[in-house]
Amino acid sequence: MARTVARMAAEILDRDGDDVMLVGIHTRGVPLADRLARALEEATGHDVSVGLLDITLYRDDVGPWRAAHRQPVLKKTVLPESIDDRIIYLVDDVLFTGRTIRAALDTLIDYGRPLAVRLVVLVDRGHRELPIAADVVGRSLETTREEDVQVRLKEIDGEDGIWIGREVANGD
Amino acid sequence: MAIESAAALAGKDVVGISHLEPGEIQLILDTAEELLEVAKRPIKKVPALRGYTVVNLFMEASTRTRFSFEVAEKRLSADTLNFAASSSSVSKGETLFDTARNLMAMAPDFIVIRHPHSGAPHRLANVVPAAIINAGDGINEHPTQALLDAFTMRQRFGSLEGLKVVIAGDIRHSRVARSNAFLLDKMGAEVRFVAPASLLPLEVEELGVTPFVRLEPALEGANVVMMLRIQLERQKRVNFPSMREYFDFFALTPERLELAAENAIVMHPGPMNRGVEIDSGVADGPRSVILDQVTNGVAIRMAILYLLAGGRSEAASDS
Repeated sequence: MARTVARMAAEILDRDGDDVMLVGIHTRGVPLADRLARALEEATGHDVSVGLLDITLYRDDVGPWRAAHRQPVLKKTVLPESIDDRIIYLVDDVLFTGRTIRAALDTLIDYGRPLAVRLVVLVDRGHRELPIAADVVGRSLETTREEDVQVRLKEIDGEDGIWIGREVANGD
Repeated sequence: MAIESAAALAGKDVVGISHLEPGEIQLILDTAEELLEVAKRPIKKVPALRGYTVVNLFMEASTRTRFSFEVAEKRLSADTLNFAASSSSVSKGETLFDTARNLMAMAPDFIVIRHPHSGAPHRLANVVPAAIINAGDGINEHPTQALLDAFTMRQRFGSLEGLKVVIAGDIRHSRVARSNAFLLDKMGAEVRFVAPASLLPLEVEELGVTPFVRLEPALEGANVVMMLRIQLERQKRVNFPSMREYFDFFALTPERLELAAENAIVMHPGPMNRGVEIDSGVADGPRSVILDQVTNGVAIRMAILYLLAGGRSEAASDS
């Protein structure tokens, strides 16, 4: 996984240089954004600002017309500086239907007007329900819609790896 | 012993602190913590309650609480209907239940109710499917006020456990004092009620508080000093000789505040009567968190609306 993260950081540098802001989407986007920031800092020697985004209040699967049985726990949104006129990289672990990213875009836009918003994900598993695509992808995986794809990260789960019911790639 | 947050609120309504478990109180406070941030954004609004309708049913005068609920509802994108007793069919003799049934025909998801009769929100909750939030009922409870007070205390001290809280003033007629006493007792704080004997409630022991008839001894080591207004509108007879005399014996003055702990904060649920229960210098002084209480009130009400919105569909699907 360390190699994948390093390659993703290199792609970000290639595309926009190091004047970017990384914004991790809770839960696993947050440590991923930290890892990418460290990789960028190692490559350039410059500090990279990292924010965290909670999309709960913007989700489309909770609401009076949905049968959500309990409200998801709210987490912190922290943007260390203004996002106006910045290039923002949204960071998430798995890209699936695209609905999380739709909510993340709506959340972000309420905080300002970035110059550009790009998307970086560790795993793209396909099956989009919205016209959303990632700019930087760690691994593309062929999956069926029913399969359960899980990214595990040391910071949260105690181990690194990508799982589809079975393990497909472990920490390197 | 830290109190762990519950995963959700158990009931469909919030009608009183006496009905909430400590874990539920913790969940409301934790949720409000995150929602406080919405007020600091460039766009102070989130879509979480889009498509929900809230009726604000205020059968008794209120400015602060009504505005606070309305701001909370709007920040969550709910649609709001305001219903005030004086301008409505209530003044034409309609009963609460007929009013409520008519309102239900418009399919609101929430009814926020303030009512002069103790127990009205509770009875309403039993007859309508909407989530009922008590915004103050008679001399019974004012749960959102107690929650915002607790939130403000937690903000300053990190935890409620072990805090010494003085609540002074017209305790007998105060739903704020009752809700605070229930909440603080559940969360492990120590409560001291101070009032002239004629204004102390009869059930002090049941509430788990220590009564005092003088302010000075109660202030000893206090972390929080909460002053309450004399509610002349609820008093059927005169309970003390004069406002002047009340000030002399029971008002919070800078000299009296010196008796409290060094880190003590001063609270007041409003509206304040300067020069009656509180000296102006104290109300505007560095220890006053009175305006923080107002800011925090919006976050607390947002938290309750947000959390009940989740529980509501569960209750609806069960029935």
